[in-house]
Amino acid sequence: MQFQDYYATLGVERSATPDQIKRAFRKLARKYHPDVSKEPDAEARFKDVAEAYKALKDPEKRAAYDQVGNKYRNGEAFEPPPEWGSGFAYSGRGDSAGDETDFSDFFASLFGRGGGRHASSNTDGGPFGGHAPAQGADRHARIVIDLQDAYRGASRTITLRVPAVDGQGHAAIQEKQLAVNIPRGVRAGQHLRLAGQGSAGSGGLPAGDLYLEIALNTPAPYRLDGADVYMDLPVAPWEAALGATVTAPTPDGSVQLTIPPGSAPGRKLRLRGRGLPATSAGAAAGDLYALLKLGLPPSDTDAEKAAYAEMARAFPHYAPRGALEA
Amino acid sequence: MAQITGYIFDAVVVEGDTAFTLPALCRACGLDSKQLMALVAEGVLEPAGSTPQDWIFGGPSLRTALAAQRLMHDLEMDLSGVAMVLDLLGEIAALRSQLNRSCAMADGWTGPAALR
Repeated sequence: MQFQDYYATLGVERSATPDQIKRAFRKLARKYHPDVSKEPDAEARFKDVAEAYKALKDPEKRAAYDQVGNKYRNGEAFEPPPEWGSGFAYSGRGDSAGDETDFSDFFASLFGRGGGRHASSNTDGGPFGGHAPAQGADRHARIVIDLQDAYRGASRTITLRVPAVDGQGHAAIQEKQLAVNIPRGVRAGQHLRLAGQGSAGSGGLPAGDLYLEIALNTPAPYRLDGADVYMDLPVAPWEAALGATVTAPTPDGSVQLTIPPGSAPGRKLRLRGRGLPATSAGAAAGDLYALLKLGLPPSDTDAEKAAYAEMARAFPHYAPRGALEA
Repeated sequence: MAQITGYIFDAVVVEGDTAFTLPALCRACGLDSKQLMALVAEGVLEPAGSTPQDWIFGGPSLRTALAAQRLMHDLEMDLSGVAMVLDLLGEIAALRSQLNRSCAMADGWTGPAALR
């Protein structure tokens, strides 16, 4: 386990005041919040920042962290002091920030997994919840699938880290595996529901549901817009000018595509119903759009150069920069 | 590798087939009914039905409510701030879609290397 320098994560001095820590967190949280940020590693960065803030905003936790933090540098191998047992004991205050299963092993070794969880979170009837009978909490996870799987449907085994309570009443993280059929046609940002796979209920009430948010791994050359799929399709000048039938890849296999004569670059060819399939009977499938891009053939050999020279002779009045002239 | 045995769960696409009552949406997104009612008052969520007891939220409401919950929770934003951010995020998403629909390169040019 590596030591994590929470002060460095937030970009503040060790002597920073609570206000300075809060300001640094707010600024970074806005920058990396996964709903707002388009930074490629936003989610991971946000988790780091939230974890650092969670440790440093609470005076008790900060004192505990500083006690060990003075002996380590960022990234250095870290061994929790043996007397700490399963985590540094602290009272915890009523904040329900984050899901403790998301925090790093380093954080858990200092503060425990269940520590700090708000005892009466309104949605949580699970292990950290109150004693009144309650339906189990709904749980959320994210699953990344390939574009092809969205076209064809897929079955996946997912591993969930779920909090559980052992015989002595200690909270621990257990791994749980679930096999799931992912329906075809599912789109990025949609959610799958697995009824009854959330946290267990108490007092005879049912378990919550599990929601899986879908992220689609979209390889080049494809781009997604809801159920529609876009791709750039390079064509040779003579294919664009004279028309041609070309083979084009699609996420669901190759298709023959007719390029109409006189096609200009940027022309959009639609393949109706070749986008993402419909998820339910009433819904429509998306379309696939191929946008023509003009390729420029090389001019390396004498024959190639001669062909260009011949072309120049064939178009004596062609003015490529005509639109630029006043 | 250990073989996975047992039941394979059929997942339901929430955005396609699911509707939520107010208590069900509360459970699914982690906001309480007061907060969801405030989001309805802001026009962020638009359930069918006239009173909170009759409200039925469409499947896509889950995504909106979850985003609102994260913004309120993680950035400590108030409801009107959340409403504005969600509007702006919607606008950004629409602009990104527009960008995705147009050619990746404005002039449709791939350069000599593309056909070698």
